[in-house]
Amino acid sequence: MMQKIYDWVDERMDITPLWRDIADHEVPEHVNPAHHFSAFVYCFGGLTFFVTVIQILSGMFLTMYYVPDIENAWKSVYYLQSEVASGQIVRGMHHWGASVVIVMLFLHTLRVFFQGAYKKPRELNWIVGVLLFFVMLGLGFTGYLLPWDNKAYFATQVGLQIAETTPFIGDSVKILLSGDADIVGAQTLTRFFAIHVFFLPAALFGLMAVHFIMIRKQGISGPL
Amino acid sequence: MSEKKQQVSRRQFLNYTLTGVGGFMAAGMLTPMIRMAVDPVLQPKKSGDLVAVVEVDKLTTEPQRFDWEIDQVDAWYESKVTKTAWVFIQEDDSILALSPICTHLGCTVSWEGNEEYPNQYYCPCHGGRYYKNGVNVPGLPPPAPLAVYDQDVKDGTLYLGKAISRKGA
Repeated sequence: MMQKIYDWVDERMDITPLWRDIADHEVPEHVNPAHHFSAFVYCFGGLTFFVTVIQILSGMFLTMYYVPDIENAWKSVYYLQSEVASGQIVRGMHHWGASVVIVMLFLHTLRVFFQGAYKKPRELNWIVGVLLFFVMLGLGFTGYLLPWDNKAYFATQVGLQIAETTPFIGDSVKILLSGDADIVGAQTLTRFFAIHVFFLPAALFGLMAVHFIMIRKQGISGPL
Repeated sequence: MSEKKQQVSRRQFLNYTLTGVGGFMAAGMLTPMIRMAVDPVLQPKKSGDLVAVVEVDKLTTEPQRFDWEIDQVDAWYESKVTKTAWVFIQEDDSILALSPICTHLGCTVSWEGNEEYPNQYYCPCHGGRYYKNGVNVPGLPPPAPLAVYDQDVKDGTLYLGKAISRKGA
């Protein structure tokens, strides 16, 4: 049955080359842990992507309950944690995944750095990778405020103070982020929510696409 | 390629017009969006109204803690917010009203908050200390002196406004 549906679509759209191009290619021996166990270091990029997918999915489901409003944000998080079946698990995935993804990103960066895999012709992909790292840090920073508890509030106060120390444009950057010159409040929360859920994920998807297209174009770096 | 007349081909003309029109359309869409995003940055600085806090004759040369309430408007939320100041009369008879917010990480300092450090403000979070005039004791976490409230004295009453931070010391 499935085969028939596939053939029907393939006959009209010629989709086989599409997915072959994405998914069907050999894993070179030097990156295959089945040949050399030490090749597990090549997994960290893929693991970063895997955790990112978990973050996207769990985040999508969290917004079914979360309200980005100073009166209701904490209550909505408390409700989904304590009353909703599996809510604690889904928020737990998002909460812990946020830390795990940074760790994986860091290990992936270390592997690329110490193997010299960033060298010509892959310099551009290193740069895109660094941008991805910044976007991920931004996601961590903006997501931290959303539960609107004391820890979130004061961590954001400190983060905004750090932004304020930027030479010349510091004050403007701080107000742009917090939405008010003096108050970390209603407008800060809506802004951080928008940045966390729409702006940074859009940047993340774009950069990830570029990152992966460049890998396919250039191939993985050779053995040491 | 130095002909007298620079001919514009049909292809070039179309490229220019389409790029121009497309540019205008993109700008027309993006301008209001960006203007909306940066609106808070372009708002004029609020000076903050001065609020009556305490009669001047209650002040001493020893810093005392005073609390007062202000009406805070946070976009679509209006609320009462309690403000606090450490107020005392300086040696030159002027009044100094200090914000109790530690310049390190925003905890609340108190005058002689630790018995071991008399005549200093003490922050319980990371042991930051400030001298009586609010200047931070060097070598400790706080990077700057305590902020000073905008002040005014009218009919024997002290009015306080916004805390103005004093950077670097």
